[in-house]
Amino acid sequence: MNSSVLLSAIAFWLVAWGINLWLARTRPATPLFRGLINLTIPVLFGAAILVLWEGITRGLGIPSILLPPPSMIWERITTSTAILWADFQQTYLKAVLAGYVIGCGSGFLVAILIDRSPFLKKGLLPVGNLVAALPIIGVAPIMVMWFGFDWPSKAAVVVVMTFFPMLVNTVAGLSAAGHMERDLMRTYASGYWQELFKLRLPAAMPFIFNALKINSTLALIGAIVAEFFGTPIVGMGFRISTEIGRMNVDMVWAEIFIAALAGSLSYGLIALVERAVTFWHPSYRK
Amino acid sequence: MAATNDTVLPIKERSKALSAAQGAFSDKVLPVASIILAIIIVWYAFAVYLNAPFECDQAARAETTIGFAELLPRTLAQNRPVLPAPHQVAEELWKSTTERRVTSPRNLLFHVWVTFSSTALGFAIGTALGILLAVGIVHSRVLDKSMMPWIITSQTIPILAIAPMIIVVLNAINITGLMPKALISAYLSFFPVAVGMVKGLRSPDRLHLDLMRTYNASGSQIFWKLRWPSSLPFLFASMKVAVAIALVGAIVGELPTGAQAGLGARLLAGSYYGQTIQIWSALIAAAILAAILVMLIDIMARATNRRMGVKA
Repeated sequence: MNSSVLLSAIAFWLVAWGINLWLARTRPATPLFRGLINLTIPVLFGAAILVLWEGITRGLGIPSILLPPPSMIWERITTSTAILWADFQQTYLKAVLAGYVIGCGSGFLVAILIDRSPFLKKGLLPVGNLVAALPIIGVAPIMVMWFGFDWPSKAAVVVVMTFFPMLVNTVAGLSAAGHMERDLMRTYASGYWQELFKLRLPAAMPFIFNALKINSTLALIGAIVAEFFGTPIVGMGFRISTEIGRMNVDMVWAEIFIAALAGSLSYGLIALVERAVTFWHPSYRK
Repeated sequence: MAATNDTVLPIKERSKALSAAQGAFSDKVLPVASIILAIIIVWYAFAVYLNAPFECDQAARAETTIGFAELLPRTLAQNRPVLPAPHQVAEELWKSTTERRVTSPRNLLFHVWVTFSSTALGFAIGTALGILLAVGIVHSRVLDKSMMPWIITSQTIPILAIAPMIIVVLNAINITGLMPKALISAYLSFFPVAVGMVKGLRSPDRLHLDLMRTYNASGSQIFWKLRWPSSLPFLFASMKVAVAIALVGAIVGELPTGAQAGLGARLLAGSYYGQTIQIWSALIAAAILAAILVMLIDIMARATNRRMGVKA
């Protein structure tokens, strides 16, 4: 009975793998067809993994405390939307968004300020690079002590985490404009601000968006981990740490699903905006 | 050596070398040193500002007024300051690394060692897996098309959030100690290495690949003589990212185990008992460890570059 579940899951996986092998070998003629195939292969791969997961957990009778099957996680997501929404509001809409905007914004402004002084640039860049590699997440307990249990302390952690990647990337981006273009601006008799807004900021956009993308993941991690150090009784990190203590692993997976969804969607949104803003960049030109 | 150099180098060369040294000083050391000095000054200013309310409170309770000259030294010598002054942190670092036995859990070096060992183990596993997967992806169209989108998507997922779950679940099936933390570090460091290596293994020019084919090179020869050497800069760049994130993974992995050992446990215990100086010294220790790890990889990268004849 159980082995049949397992076997059929393995069979599905093998069939999906076979189809993928065949699809990857075909050389489609039209670009539309090629796009379709490039989309089908990863989707099929993901579906096969899910089916295999379901089959193994059910077929081998793995206790749901260790690894709940996907269907059970999905059921938990649909039945406890209210809790998930409250947690999402607390962690993402309040802490992550506020911290992300303040952290990226201040990193950007400081970068523009220090860009005017080569001395500051030479001093701050190595320090900023070093700080970007440090385990900044460790400031979480300090922030919780300073700003209290509610979301401002999480936002503060996010600010500290997102500030340095933004600073370093923007400073690098501001020197990305070539000498020829700068000389051209000078022959137009443009001032500092004109050159900044019309040449150097647009040229820095790929770097800035790179930082925005890195930071979108960092912000979510920062907010969730900061909640392990103390929260009110709502929030994604709080839910993960308490439900794991009560061995409700399916609820933890539901939170992870929400976090993954939020992370991927915000990343995708930033990527879309990037495509619209840096349409001139070689990687997007047709 | 220096003496012979002095006699061998002509005056002109020597003055050039001297001005180069001066250039490096005013170009690198001076700006960085002044920034660090500025950070320390701002730190002291904030320490005074943030710790002052407590002292004023104490003075008000004792029904005395307190002048600034008295206030200043007191704010920098509290037992549980809101923000400890740099010298307090340095003192705590010194005390907790030298005055106790290295094997005792009260010694900070013990915690650094615990965190370092799981970071190193996880980093080694993660890097090996990442390289293997990258090799597979570069050589197989199916793997490339089916896994690459998922690898990139998984970068956008806050993987660190599931660290406590991995620890607790592995504890439930009796895998305890170093391994669960190392697995989190491995999982985190695996992605940057895989993505970087896919880029690196694909970095050789078409021309070079064609040249290898005209030499009638076999697949493994192309790999070892062309793809692997040209991917090394990418490998080291992504290893730097990976080792930093592996350390973060190990620290976060230490949070849910009930604060037994490691820098993460030290942070958590400090936050439970309001020991701010302990938190800050653990934080500084983590920072120093991260800097040393990144530096080690940098040294490895330079040594490899030199052996491969790349000019810096």
